[in-house]
Amino acid sequence: MELLTFGDTGWGDELLYATLMTIAVAVTAMLIGFIFAAIFTPLKLSKNKFLNLLANSYTTVIRGVPELLVIYLFFFGGSGAVMYVASIFGYNEYIEINAFVTGAFAIGIISGAYSTEVFRGAVQSIDKGQFEAANVLGLSKFGKFFKIILPQTLRLAIPNLSNVWQITLKDTSLISVTGLVEIMRQSYIAAGSTRDPLFFYSFAAVLYLLLTFLSMKLINRLEIKYSRGY
Amino acid sequence: MINSFPKLLNAAIITLKLLSVSLIVGLFIGLLFAILRLNKNVFINKFAYGYSYVFRGTPLLVQIFIIYFGLGQIEYLRSTFLWVILKEPYWCAIIAFALNTGAYTSEILRSAFQTIKPGIIEAGQSLGISSKIIFYKIQIPIAIRQSLPAYGNEIILMMKGTSLASTVTIMDLTGVAKYIISTTFKPIEVFIVAGGIYLFMTFIIHNVIKFLEKKYSFNS
Repeated sequence: MELLTFGDTGWGDELLYATLMTIAVAVTAMLIGFIFAAIFTPLKLSKNKFLNLLANSYTTVIRGVPELLVIYLFFFGGSGAVMYVASIFGYNEYIEINAFVTGAFAIGIISGAYSTEVFRGAVQSIDKGQFEAANVLGLSKFGKFFKIILPQTLRLAIPNLSNVWQITLKDTSLISVTGLVEIMRQSYIAAGSTRDPLFFYSFAAVLYLLLTFLSMKLINRLEIKYSRGY
Repeated sequence: MINSFPKLLNAAIITLKLLSVSLIVGLFIGLLFAILRLNKNVFINKFAYGYSYVFRGTPLLVQIFIIYFGLGQIEYLRSTFLWVILKEPYWCAIIAFALNTGAYTSEILRSAFQTIKPGIIEAGQSLGISSKIIFYKIQIPIAIRQSLPAYGNEIILMMKGTSLASTVTIMDLTGVAKYIISTTFKPIEVFIVAGGIYLFMTFIIHNVIKFLEKKYSFNS
């Protein structure tokens, strides 16, 4: 237990900070994923074959390739890509991208592929009559989307999005390979310097369990909120 | 890009070995825990639930690290025959993968067993078939058919999970890909080749499962 005290002798404060980092990466990645889902869900549902193919290849590739490989791509290729873009604008210095940004972006793209599938399924399971009724009422495109389709999509999507959140939360552990100090990386450092890997990795497992447990509680409340009237 | 292809293809064989061994072991673990989950004894029931909750709620990476780095720390284990297995990263990875996929498989099989209509079991009973034969000849075949789509997803997830073996020094497809990236510094090319191999394997698994689903469906 003295290993977990706060201050210079224990690892308590470091691990607390690492836990906050894990939460920060997971939330950022989830939000980036939502942005990707917002772009690709309409493409998936569109009648244009080309746009369809584009969206399908995004979700198929990301869901068929290991997360770790995607992270390595971003870790090793990220700064090169940014430097290439910068060189077009005449900036030739070395640019190093922050590990947080790389990690959140890599996990975000992965979580976005799963979210896209969830939203697609949700939109498709909305009753056709709802679209027709909105048309009959003469709602504008925006009104139709924000007042009729989106609220119903959310209700249907939340249970599956909670799965995506769990996957995203657990995927953040993989960012430790890039050196970002989240739970896994901090446990690795602590295990290395105290030579007590069993304790620290088990403690990391407890922290992850706690995070999944607490977030499930929170999501359940959201689920209740969005299914009022059903 | 072409030079790296044979190396990556060789590494893919290691990935497939890791995957197949852990799936076979995991299937037995999953079946065992699914049966325990359906047990009426509260203690056994809770134990099986706890197992699947812990392994589904923590990242696979933590599980591998606990088994590979953590268990070696226990002095007592070092003196037993288990140490022969636990000092090899390959077996540690397989133990972690099997326990992990076992947890997911137990959930898939449990829900498959629960969706079997009681009428089918009652029909078997009224025909005077013993409960053992009902289990093996009626419940298990139906449960397998029910769980095929979900289990297909689990196989693909597990295939992606085997990439974590590279974190404990195993040169699987991801491990070799990372090595080539860090020596040649061509991340995009290597990603395309390695990712392509992974996608190809996903494609094969997906189609095999689809074929099996068709074969075992009621309509055929």
